[in-house]
Amino acid sequence: MRRRVTWRIVVALLSVLGAAACEGTGDGDDGRIVVFAAASLTEAFGELATGFRTTGGGVAVELNLAGSPSLRTQILNGASADVFASADPSTMTELVGAGAADDPVDFAANRLQIAVPPGNPAGVRGLADFADPRLLLGLCAEEVPCGTLARNALASAAVTPSIDTDEPDVRSLLTKVQAGELDAGIVYRSDVLAAAGTVEGIDVPPEVNATATYPIAVLTEAANPDAADLFKAYVLSREGQAVLASHGFEAP
Amino acid sequence: MSTARKRAGQRRAPWLIVPLAALAVAYVAVPFAALLQGAPWNDMGELVGQPIVTDALRLSMLTAFAATGISLVVGVPLAWVLARLRFPGRSATRALITLPMVLPPVVGGAALLFAFGRRGLLGAPVYDSTGFLLPFSAWGVVAANTFVAMPFLVLTVESGLRAADQRFEDAAATLGASRWAIFWRVTVPHAAPSIVAGSVLCWARALGEFGATVTFAGNLQGRTQTMPLAVFLALESDRDAAIALSLLLIAVSLAVLVPLRDRWLTA
Amino acid sequence: MLRASIEVALGDLRLGIDLQVDDGEVVALLGPNGAGKTTVLRVVAGLRAIDDGRIELDGTVLDEPATATFVPTSQRPIGLVFQDYLLFPRLSALDNVAFGLRCRGATRADARAEASRWLERFDLAALAAVRPRNLSGGQAQRVALARTLATDPRLLLLDEPLAALDAGTRLRVRTELRRHLATFGGARLLVTHDPVDALVLADRLVILEDGHVTQSGTPALVAARPRSRYVAHLIGINLLHGTAIGDRTVRLDTGAELTVADPLPGPDVAVALRPQAIALHRLKPEGSPRNTWAATVDDLEADRDRVRVALVGPVTATAEITPAAVAELDLAAGTPVWATVKAVDLTAYER
Repeated sequence: MRRRVTWRIVVALLSVLGAAACEGTGDGDDGRIVVFAAASLTEAFGELATGFRTTGGGVAVELNLAGSPSLRTQILNGASADVFASADPSTMTELVGAGAADDPVDFAANRLQIAVPPGNPAGVRGLADFADPRLLLGLCAEEVPCGTLARNALASAAVTPSIDTDEPDVRSLLTKVQAGELDAGIVYRSDVLAAAGTVEGIDVPPEVNATATYPIAVLTEAANPDAADLFKAYVLSREGQAVLASHGFEAP
Repeated sequence: MSTARKRAGQRRAPWLIVPLAALAVAYVAVPFAALLQGAPWNDMGELVGQPIVTDALRLSMLTAFAATGISLVVGVPLAWVLARLRFPGRSATRALITLPMVLPPVVGGAALLFAFGRRGLLGAPVYDSTGFLLPFSAWGVVAANTFVAMPFLVLTVESGLRAADQRFEDAAATLGASRWAIFWRVTVPHAAPSIVAGSVLCWARALGEFGATVTFAGNLQGRTQTMPLAVFLALESDRDAAIALSLLLIAVSLAVLVPLRDRWLTA
Repeated sequence: MLRASIEVALGDLRLGIDLQVDDGEVVALLGPNGAGKTTVLRVVAGLRAIDDGRIELDGTVLDEPATATFVPTSQRPIGLVFQDYLLFPRLSALDNVAFGLRCRGATRADARAEASRWLERFDLAALAAVRPRNLSGGQAQRVALARTLATDPRLLLLDEPLAALDAGTRLRVRTELRRHLATFGGARLLVTHDPVDALVLADRLVILEDGHVTQSGTPALVAARPRSRYVAHLIGINLLHGTAIGDRTVRLDTGAELTVADPLPGPDVAVALRPQAIALHRLKPEGSPRNTWAATVDDLEADRDRVRVALVGPVTATAEITPAAVAELDLAAGTPVWATVKAVDLTAYER
């Protein structure tokens, strides 16, 4: 008697699970795409996702934001995504080389800017201050694009930096500057704009400044390639470019 | 017939227990096996000898042991208070102590920053008057480690003290031992197994700490970059280095954990 | 010398006892479990405070709620040997004995030397390095005693000193303990539920029942004149309570009447009746109508070469007869019998 009841329960469970699984794939094919985007694109892509949903026929955009190298690793290890927008052309090249991404297009550029807490309490004026050991200074870690670019800029300006922390991504660096725990950090212009009011930006002279180029591509293993293509087109469209510009990005 | 007879002295497991236990072991073992399989054995020596690795390892060891030391000095008395004294708010105190265990470590790091950062509640006046700052220093790492790892020690020792037979303390009193002597000569030795177990948990947690450390102390090679941080960053750019670092960390941890004898951990 | 007037509330039980133990005296506090005996020891040791009263040792007040005086345990010059000895499991026998000395500031070397001497005195020198879990019951008890005596207490307290031993060891250890206790000059108070322990070890007995003293005196006196059912039961005597009616008749609390041989001492009497003096019959005996009653057999218990027959009826008592008699009378639980006892076998004394 007991055995029969148990079997019934197992069958009921299996059918419930089966239905759920079927439902899952059904929706995914038509109604949403997964976009992996670099952390510096957080606000811009948030707005692009909303815009795409309203104009693109109700397709929901699920954003996964992190450092570009970290996203690349996830994709190479089989994470399911439809679109990849990187802050670093080299990570995109890697994916293309591995056959995971196709036809990358540059959609934006971003320049570096020095971020300081409101009121600039330490009186930072430029890259030269990054050699001052008395100040608390931060950069992105070398392993992320923002960090490499910042070091290039400092090298161009012949500054030997005295750094107190290499943050793993640009957002955590920004947070520390916002909180006043750091006197200055080198981030993207878009980040300073996104943090409007909570940090101040100091321009880096264009002759030494480094620019990040952002490529976007649809992934070959995309679950919803049609909607993915649409999204990529949207980002490259005039509307999309206007959104990016409003967040501090420049044309590629 | 003969195998059952042979094992007659030993306790025999109910039939489902061993397979389930094996499942648990496999679940933990398989990822490690995968790591070993993906390791760059040829370059291992070279990878492991780099300054970035030795710096991180040395820092991890120092800070983990320091955090454990601090946790012992203040945590054991706290455990005693929670186990032996009755006072209003005892449950609330215990809940407070447990908080770092349930909070995401990054949240813990942020809280530490709010308290001890340059603009923090306590950090600001200290910095303004003495110039001393915890973030971006090795002591900041120790602070972050202690914050997340101490609860493990406190709760383990508390439960050990609760289980201890307090009559031995009565006996010591009749022999003329002062309260302090009772604590040192009777309570602590009897609680030794739970103190060892608690210290091990604390040390292990401190060694693996990442979120609170990077949020509070930052990340700088040689000063605040511990092994977990180094692994995380290496994963982004140099997978081989990341695996090498991970294996090194595992090897060091095993070197400490494996020699621990059963009897030190049980009363 | 210990002079104590103790009042403690223990849940439902109210403990109220006056106690005095002179130097050189061994007093045994004897009573059934739950009577409050261990509490008396704990209170004297300072592990618990009294609610009211006063505890004084050699003129120093240790506990007196009225004046808010309380000397904590570690400062009282007392030694307590616990029922399960409580030897520190991680220390050797030698270090156990040295423990109290170390706590008083002796260096490890000095303490160990002194402890060595104590172990010798107790014939334990060979066991100096042994851990408590490897000691036999008797050995552990001696180590516990040595450990306590090494601190030079003025009062020695022992809680059920032989309870943790098996029957065979108990016999031997009891005599040894008597010898060791004799070497201690101060006051000694021990607590036990075993009358033989009390009889062998003590100079004076104090019977504690339900939180108060029912009787006190030398073992011989207490045994000769038991004042409570508990003591009588311990000694194996039937004890009946009643009031005097006339010169030689006692009316028991149950209403039955017994006739004694000698004149009664007073209005409230206790009548002692040895089990061997009760005769049992299946049929109501002819002849002497006095001290005869109908009873029912409640239980039969073999006791060496005799059988103890518990009877219920107007006189609740235990008779002791031979197995042959049991067989002849065909006795079993529930069997109705007639019991008789001669007047001359009844001893009455003041309650």
